[in-house]
Amino acid sequence: MQLHTLSVHQLSELMERKELSSEELTRAYLDQISQVEDEIRAFVTVTEDIALAQARAVDGKRARGQELSPLAGIPVAVSDNICTEGVKTTCASAMLDNFIPPYDAAVAVRLKRADAVLMGKCNMDEFGMGASTETSAFFCTKNPFDPAAVPGGASGGAAVAVAAGEAAFTLGSDTGGDIRQPAAFCGVIGLKPTYGFVSRTGLISCASSLDQIGPFTRDMTDLALILNTICGHDAADSTSVSENVPDFKKSLVNDIKGLRIGLPKEFFGTGTDPRVAAKVQEAVCKLEELGAICEEVAMPHTEYALPAHYIISSAEASSNLARYDGVRYGLRVEAEDVLSMFRKTRSQGFGAEVKRRIMLGTHALSTGNYNDYYVKALKVRTLVKQDFARAFEKFDCLLTPASLATAFKTGEKAGDSLAMYQSSACTTPVNLVGVPALSLPFGLVDGLPVGLQVIARHFEEGTLLRVGYTLEQNTDQTRPKPGLFL
Amino acid sequence: MSNYEAVIGLEVHVELKTHTKLFCGCSTEFGKEPNTQVCPVCLGLPGSTGVLNKKVVELAVKAGLVLNCKIGTYTWFDRKNYYYPDLPKGFQISQVFRPIAYKGYLDIDINGQNKRINITRAHIEEDPGKLIHSGGSIMTSHYSYVDYNRSGMPLIEIVSEPEIHSGEEAGAYLEKLKANLEYAGVSDVKMEQGSLRCDANVSVRPVGTTALGTKTEIKNMNSFRAVQRAIEYEVERQIEVLEDGDRVIQETRGWDENRGITLSMRNKENPDYRCFIEHELPPIELTPEWIADVKGTIPELPDARRKRLVEEHGLPDYDAGVITSSLALAEFFDAALKKYPDAKTISNWIMGELLRLLNARNMELSEAKITPDGLAALLELIEKGSISNKMGKEVFEVMFEEGKDPGQIVKEKGLSQISDEGQLSRIIDEVIAKNPKSVADFQSGKKQAVGFLVGQVMKATKGQANPGVVNAMLREKLAQ
Repeated sequence: MQLHTLSVHQLSELMERKELSSEELTRAYLDQISQVEDEIRAFVTVTEDIALAQARAVDGKRARGQELSPLAGIPVAVSDNICTEGVKTTCASAMLDNFIPPYDAAVAVRLKRADAVLMGKCNMDEFGMGASTETSAFFCTKNPFDPAAVPGGASGGAAVAVAAGEAAFTLGSDTGGDIRQPAAFCGVIGLKPTYGFVSRTGLISCASSLDQIGPFTRDMTDLALILNTICGHDAADSTSVSENVPDFKKSLVNDIKGLRIGLPKEFFGTGTDPRVAAKVQEAVCKLEELGAICEEVAMPHTEYALPAHYIISSAEASSNLARYDGVRYGLRVEAEDVLSMFRKTRSQGFGAEVKRRIMLGTHALSTGNYNDYYVKALKVRTLVKQDFARAFEKFDCLLTPASLATAFKTGEKAGDSLAMYQSSACTTPVNLVGVPALSLPFGLVDGLPVGLQVIARHFEEGTLLRVGYTLEQNTDQTRPKPGLFL
Repeated sequence: MSNYEAVIGLEVHVELKTHTKLFCGCSTEFGKEPNTQVCPVCLGLPGSTGVLNKKVVELAVKAGLVLNCKIGTYTWFDRKNYYYPDLPKGFQISQVFRPIAYKGYLDIDINGQNKRINITRAHIEEDPGKLIHSGGSIMTSHYSYVDYNRSGMPLIEIVSEPEIHSGEEAGAYLEKLKANLEYAGVSDVKMEQGSLRCDANVSVRPVGTTALGTKTEIKNMNSFRAVQRAIEYEVERQIEVLEDGDRVIQETRGWDENRGITLSMRNKENPDYRCFIEHELPPIELTPEWIADVKGTIPELPDARRKRLVEEHGLPDYDAGVITSSLALAEFFDAALKKYPDAKTISNWIMGELLRLLNARNMELSEAKITPDGLAALLELIEKGSISNKMGKEVFEVMFEEGKDPGQIVKEKGLSQISDEGQLSRIIDEVIAKNPKSVADFQSGKKQAVGFLVGQVMKATKGQANPGVVNAMLREKLAQ
């Protein structure tokens, strides 16, 4: 039995029928980790002891006939910017290499309550700043479809862990595409929920107004199960909304007849790899064949979304990262006085990309630049929101590529920040608006996965599930298997 | 000196009286072990998220209203970014762009003249932690301690317009501000515990000109008196600098209480705080109805109470002003008045004995043992003639220290006054018999000789005779 390619609901059924214990499952996943991890390096920390203890506890509960959640006993991993009580949480930064949070993030609490089994913490771009997991202070993570290619980022490790069978599902965070782009690069499903739908408490902030936790899964049913677990109001997070959480399983409907799908033409621009564009076109044909009505739509401010996003996210990050000063926790580089200590700690603790963003953000907020950069970016954000609002008057959802191209080679864009930033052009507008978006694999180009992005209105994750589920049921393109590791 | 005019603006930080901090549930109690009232939120740990304390908004609105401010119905929080070890997030959450209260004023009384000081704004912000240095400053210390108990405590910063022109005006403004906030129950307003802090921006300019001179910011003043003295010193210093043909340097200066001077602390290098909206907190939206509800909970304020004491109880305006300057005094007065309905006498005892002892011992009224009921009982004893006014003061002091019943103190000290004419008559007769010369003097027209004879009676009774009664009886007997 290939336990590490099965989906959560399949594993859950096996355990339900007592054909598999959680401990056996956990050991199988730990075995897989020990087999592939040396090469693929998806994890910053593997929590073997915790995982086995949790698995045994779940088996005990099951033996006692306790009612269990669909995630009970399922191996999960989370990005290393999601706080886990007693488990090192580094944001893949030398700054927090020794940081052990005294609390669990709200999502970690929800996972624990659901009896999911924590396998470890996933590698990422440092503090979520990057699109390839190359800015991790520790090591690069490899793409399971091609070890010479990047897994995408910032939540690259979490995407790879699912693709390479090291966890049945994972949670990452998405500030500008940091779930959707690595999901596309690694051939797994990724979803950025509506801003405010999943608590940000315990998620170490990159850019507060854009960050959102979301899942990576192997199929759409799993996505529904996980959304059911992680969505919902958290009184401790002021940005959390009190919107009712529907049962997302009910949205797993194999029917998109009459669904109106907009195709924003600006997302299929000159920068798009024609082979990727062709795959997306193929998906459009399939959706039409299944009864959807697909039409082009204009979203004229799209080209300004990317620069606005980088100004806003850098500005917020420059402030959010100010707390890493060596005084209370994390790295401290001793110096003759406190100002030098600040300077040395931050100079040594942060990597080049983080410093670049802090400088960009500081510049954008400084007197004399504030109106020209930060305020202007906020205005662009409003215009982009208006573009989306207009499009959603006419369409139930929007379809775009999740990334303009397939996974690039490690090192290919490392020296070119602008090229790296542009690789998230399809995904950044979504964070500015706060709407939910799905990244769904759709076949391969030269052996590398292509991702579709489906965007819906606020709190209409159900529409995304419906589109994704219908495609999943009617094509064989949504579950590409990496040749390596599995 | 008279050729220059001082221009002063005050920045007052007031700690709001809540049980918990601004964005977390940590206690705000003063004086606890360092770093025992902290949590991930007020320590700014990675991933922590805070939630606004509703009580803070209520108290801030109340503060705004008693400072005669307009209340913003749509306001929000901003981040003020700077690095300091007492600031755990590397930014302070404040209200930079939209203060919750703005465009207010306080009317002060200067030599019987009313003067209005306009208030620019009052906004909510969080307090940083507290640093204790092993040396003189953070840069010269070998090590420093930091206590985050104060971190995240709710403050309002009240900024006045630069319309104050003397230390005396500054003092009057602060007294008024303190009294209004105290009455409204917004803050403890205790400068010595840091629940009220004041910085002064001071500049001078030639009389008749309107352009503002270069200002200095004065810090480290620990009492209203210190604020007044520091301003007076600084104004004179700046005038001297200008008179010498030099320029005032824009800087922060610290008040040295012992030496009575201000000293340069650091050149103010206009830090760029890079303020921008705090996205982790939603905006504060207030309805006019909610604001009206808060307004409805504000009790009678000092000015109204002062007026009432003058109009209803016939107190002189000065007395009423002193008594209503502190809520505790005003409450003491009202309570005493319920038991002993002579306002002026109560006022005299409060203004005289009570304030004298409080000042002498540097105490708060709440620390004194005397009660309003006790004062009323004491005044009754005096009125009945059981004890003299002078004895009353002695008894008052015991009540102030020990809080005993005045009747009991009188008994214990054997202070009761002899007013009984039968008892006195015998003693007076003896005094008359022993002092023929004085009697002769009196009878020959030297009426002042009666004073000596009263004194002799008082001496014979160890001061317990009622001097009024003795005086009348002596005159009667001598006239016979």
